Amino acid sequence: MLLRNPGGMIGTAILTIAIAVALFGPLLFPTSPWRMVQRPFLPPFTLANLPLGTDALGRDVMAGIIYGARVSLLVGLISTLASLAVGIPLGAAAGYFGGKIDDALMRFTEFFQTVPSFALAIVLVAIMQPSIVSIVSAIAIVSWPPVARLVRGEVLSLRTREYVQAAVVTGQTNWWIIWREILPNALSPVIVLASLMVATAILLESSLSFLGLGDPNLMSWGYMVGAGRTVIRQAWWITVFPGIAILVSVLALNLIGEGLNDALNPRLAKGGR
Amino acid sequence: MISFIAQRIAKAIVVLLALVVLNFFLIRMAPGDPALVMAGEAGAGDQVFLAQLREKFGLDQPLPVQLFLYVKGILSLDLGFSFRQQMPVATLILQRLPATLLLTGTAFAISLGFGILFGALAARFAGTWADTAITVLALIFYATPLFWVALMAILLFSVAVDWLPSFGYESVGANYTGLAHVLDVAAHLVLPATTIGLFFMATYARMTRASMLEVNRLDFVKTARAKGLSDTVIQRRHVLRNALLPVVTLAGLQAGTLVGGAVLTETVFAWPGIGRLMYEALLQRDYNLLLGVFVVCSAMVLAFNLITDLVYRSVDPRIEFAS
Repeated sequence: MLLRNPGGMIGTAILTIAIAVALFGPLLFPTSPWRMVQRPFLPPFTLANLPLGTDALGRDVMAGIIYGARVSLLVGLISTLASLAVGIPLGAAAGYFGGKIDDALMRFTEFFQTVPSFALAIVLVAIMQPSIVSIVSAIAIVSWPPVARLVRGEVLSLRTREYVQAAVVTGQTNWWIIWREILPNALSPVIVLASLMVATAILLESSLSFLGLGDPNLMSWGYMVGAGRTVIRQAWWITVFPGIAILVSVLALNLIGEGLNDALNPRLAKGGR
Repeated sequence: MISFIAQRIAKAIVVLLALVVLNFFLIRMAPGDPALVMAGEAGAGDQVFLAQLREKFGLDQPLPVQLFLYVKGILSLDLGFSFRQQMPVATLILQRLPATLLLTGTAFAISLGFGILFGALAARFAGTWADTAITVLALIFYATPLFWVALMAILLFSVAVDWLPSFGYESVGANYTGLAHVLDVAAHLVLPATTIGLFFMATYARMTRASMLEVNRLDFVKTARAKGLSDTVIQRRHVLRNALLPVVTLAGLQAGTLVGGAVLTETVFAWPGIGRLMYEALLQRDYNLLLGVFVVCSAMVLAFNLITDLVYRSVDPRIEFAS
């Protein structure tokens, strides 16, 4: 279904390549991306085995990008799953139970939507100390509110359907009804949102790493751009290539999100064009 | 109307208090015993000195009392003390605030103006090459990390061609006055403001385009067409006007994201605002300052959201005021 949309097709192709690089790239580049392999500031396209040149410490830029793909995609995926794990139950409870529970949960959600998300993420990672766990948690903490609101809206409209009321009459428990009857029908907009959230999470992770809040043991694209920043006048390639990697992956995920949106919500798609 | 405004303000105050409480616990979670940190900054410290420090800053009190003292402090605009910079946090922030307001204000105006313009053009010429070009560009800028755009802007406009300054707020040592000073600051403002602006421009262009295409399907547009109005008049007077409201509102409510943009761009361009201050606090692990900036940014976003909300309700008569 995604393949009928040209943007979605391009996005899927790019993402497939990125995933392949993340999975198999380190097999082709077995040397650690932290290792010095050549003289510092080797320009790109001069040596065949170092196509993208070396950075200020003589480390292979290409290897950095390949290892960085793992970090970016993994952080994007896990933090999105974590946001879903927080947002879906909260939103479902708010929409299903209504009343005071809904009020309380929605005020809580709005609070997290009001706080500037990137600033909160910076503060959280700084306090928890930079590590892959703190980065994923911080991104999840700032990204779950839209999920909760979306799921709440879906549940609100599904709750009154006859098949749900039938389930109530047959004496099913509330959580069983939410889990088995309502959520599966609310899934498609959540999938669209999730794919866009992975993109945002990758941007967030790279911004945090750029500011020096990345996991110090993992090579990431944001870290590479941040490290190359001070020498940008001498060595443009250290910042340019990792940035392109971020741009291309985020673009691919956004295209997939839009493609999924058109495919899963065909009515909206027709109106939008 | 009055009760509605009062209700909104009351709600904002509750959120603000919640924010302050959150901030308090974040500070307490920060690594390191504050008394030890202070003693370290002071050079040395024995148990007696530590006890004195704890007493002075209320750190020996039970947690609820500490929280009370903290909230009381914030209400009198006391955000704590930055031991690294040897200055009250509030003073540091106040010094830096104007630069950030200038930067984010300019970026917001640029992005909203051009975003709406490009979005409207894309919708007006939907399906043509112009629409495709705008849509693709918007998609690309929407996916580009801000800090990278900033660096590319430096590479292009200040390394490749030396047109614009890439560093700071004004030319160091030039001591311009009057108009020359304004022009100097403006030249320094171009790159950082455009950097933030591009990302948000992409967002607003996409929103405007979608919103206009949606309004286009409504019945009153058909009526206007049936009346024999020209397409340009319909688009400008009827469609754009109605499509703008959600865009402007969403833009206002998204103001919080400008803060994130400010942190990244100010860091790259050495713009002396509170975003840069946050980065400095981060480098020095100055948690008092870091959280001070955080709470001020959040409070400003809260205020901006409140204003947007109130303006929106008064501009759009279709919205009923909830009593």
